[in-house]
Amino acid sequence: MIFLLASAPVAECIRDDCSPTNPMTYDQMAMQTAEVATSHGPVNPWVALAYLVSGVFFILALRGLSSPATSRTGNRFGMIGMAVAVVTTLVTHDIANLIEILIAIAVGGVIGLVIARRIAMTAMPELVAAFHSLVGLAAVLVGWAAYLNPGAFGLLTETGIGAVSKIEMGLGIAIGAITFSGSVIAFLKLSGRMSGSPILLPARHVINLGTLAAIIVLTALFAMAGPSETMPLIIAMTVLAFVIGFLLIIPIGGADMPVVVSMLNSYSGWAAAAMGFTLGNTAMIITGALVGSSGAILSYIMCRAMNRSFISVIAGGFGADASAGGGEAREQRPYKTGSAADAAFMLEQAEKVIIIPGYGMAVAQAQHALREMTDVLEEKGVDVKFAIHPVAGRMPGHMNVLLAEASVDYDKVFELEDINSEFAQADVAFIIGANDVVNPAAKTDKSSPIYGMPVFDVDKAKQVFFIKRSMGGVGYAGVDNDVFYMDQTMMLLSDAKKMVEEIVKAMD
Amino acid sequence: MLVARQDAGFRKGTGVSCGKDYWMTDPQTNPLDTATKLCDRLSRAVLGADLDFIAILSIFVLACFVGYYVVWSVTPALHTPLMAVTNAISSVIIVGALIAAAAADVPGAKWLGLLGIVLASVNIFGGFAVTARMLAMYKKKEKR
Repeated sequence: MIFLLASAPVAECIRDDCSPTNPMTYDQMAMQTAEVATSHGPVNPWVALAYLVSGVFFILALRGLSSPATSRTGNRFGMIGMAVAVVTTLVTHDIANLIEILIAIAVGGVIGLVIARRIAMTAMPELVAAFHSLVGLAAVLVGWAAYLNPGAFGLLTETGIGAVSKIEMGLGIAIGAITFSGSVIAFLKLSGRMSGSPILLPARHVINLGTLAAIIVLTALFAMAGPSETMPLIIAMTVLAFVIGFLLIIPIGGADMPVVVSMLNSYSGWAAAAMGFTLGNTAMIITGALVGSSGAILSYIMCRAMNRSFISVIAGGFGADASAGGGEAREQRPYKTGSAADAAFMLEQAEKVIIIPGYGMAVAQAQHALREMTDVLEEKGVDVKFAIHPVAGRMPGHMNVLLAEASVDYDKVFELEDINSEFAQADVAFIIGANDVVNPAAKTDKSSPIYGMPVFDVDKAKQVFFIKRSMGGVGYAGVDNDVFYMDQTMMLLSDAKKMVEEIVKAMD
Repeated sequence: MLVARQDAGFRKGTGVSCGKDYWMTDPQTNPLDTATKLCDRLSRAVLGADLDFIAILSIFVLACFVGYYVVWSVTPALHTPLMAVTNAISSVIIVGALIAAAAADVPGAKWLGLLGIVLASVNIFGGFAVTARMLAMYKKKEKR
């Protein structure tokens, strides 16, 4: 299909007397082609082929992630693809400042490697958000560079930059700027440098839609404007895009961050794709499409796991009382508490234990202690499994990485739909740092904000242990949880890591 | 043909999108030529776009489909590495930054390009390294 289209003979008219009704003759085309060949040197099809190869390597990189066994090969394919793209670019352009370019790569590379080596696995969500912001800013810079020096990018026609190129460029800059400022806010919220609670401006939907409309209008004007009038338009457009990225993310609460991070992942892809269109570069287009789809699918998975529409997440405001919701207005209901020794005794007696980790486990860094507990239980012949909700943690797959870090076997870790039926046979459901994902109100209470969200059926387990710092706090959804008050529930009120360590000690 | 026109300098720098092999084929005896010529006219009339644009748009659309199926096949346990690696590969935008930095004629664009290279490099090296670090953790367990 591509090749059929691509191999179609096309002659663009560069002469005034040439029109669709008066096409150039073949001789004229031959002359035209010959002129090109002399002015630009011979065209090397290997260049574009190399970019295509790079794009294919990126596809293989993602394909490798279908299982942990093939994932490392996949990552290597990704590196090869990137090397192919960079080397191809360097060898096929006249480089005036190779030294400076190499220094720039080295500086960035060293910073990147140091960060990658030092970052704690629990901080992965904010790292990814920070990385997204860099892609976004890079897209803005490349777009601006292309605008300032269209000749270097091969975008110059007799009348300045072509309108289509300008639209592609404008899109790249706008999406890049939104990705940048949005990711900066997401980073600040995820790393706790900014409160996770939503900041709600009055009439924010009107402001956002107005800003978005202004960006579209400015891009259109930019595309149509003559060469001398484009500068103020592109400046205004860039500034507004930065602003809207900021405005879009500030009203979104901490619990919705998995969706936001995925969405920004998607945006960074579309920004790369838009720049790929500007440069006619297949590697960038393929990558952009891959990353764009990836982020979009992850956002969809997250939304589905919370039973919320993407629109309602983006509209924001969810979890507004998460920080304020200390449970002041809640009725006092009786609940049982227990000690580490009680829990240890019952865990040892159990045949089947299912552990449900949540963000609280990440905050307390309890994953290593939890692995130790698992080891001790397994030595005693207890069957231990981990159950992970799609929205557990602050980004997709966050819990899996933490458990992997603590060397928990990945075939003991199960997704919601694969393990939910097993709670009926489980002796103990061990909830550590999770809350909303086990709340039965999602199944029964239509007035609950989390109604319809798929949750673990922990109420079917014979015994439930619920590790929680105190009875005061509630989940991010700000709703009370009936699991606290069930007959078979024992609340273990303590820091997650400390409690698990004490249980391990008590079992020896 | 496709590959020849993907070269940015050639594709848009000159406003010419035909290649050498085209005029060397004999138009009178090649029915495909007539068909493709018609196709070209139609695309210009209907879309107002040249086939170059359609060709890269085709790549884009098909790549979206590839992305859709490939990403659904990623195991949920690896969603965090997926985000890290997509982050790294989307920094292929460094290609644009390299082109900008390579040209010396406009200093502003050159410096923007160099800054872009630094940012994208942080992402490329950091993204792949942190993905490798995460995936190595998943590796350890296979041996146990």
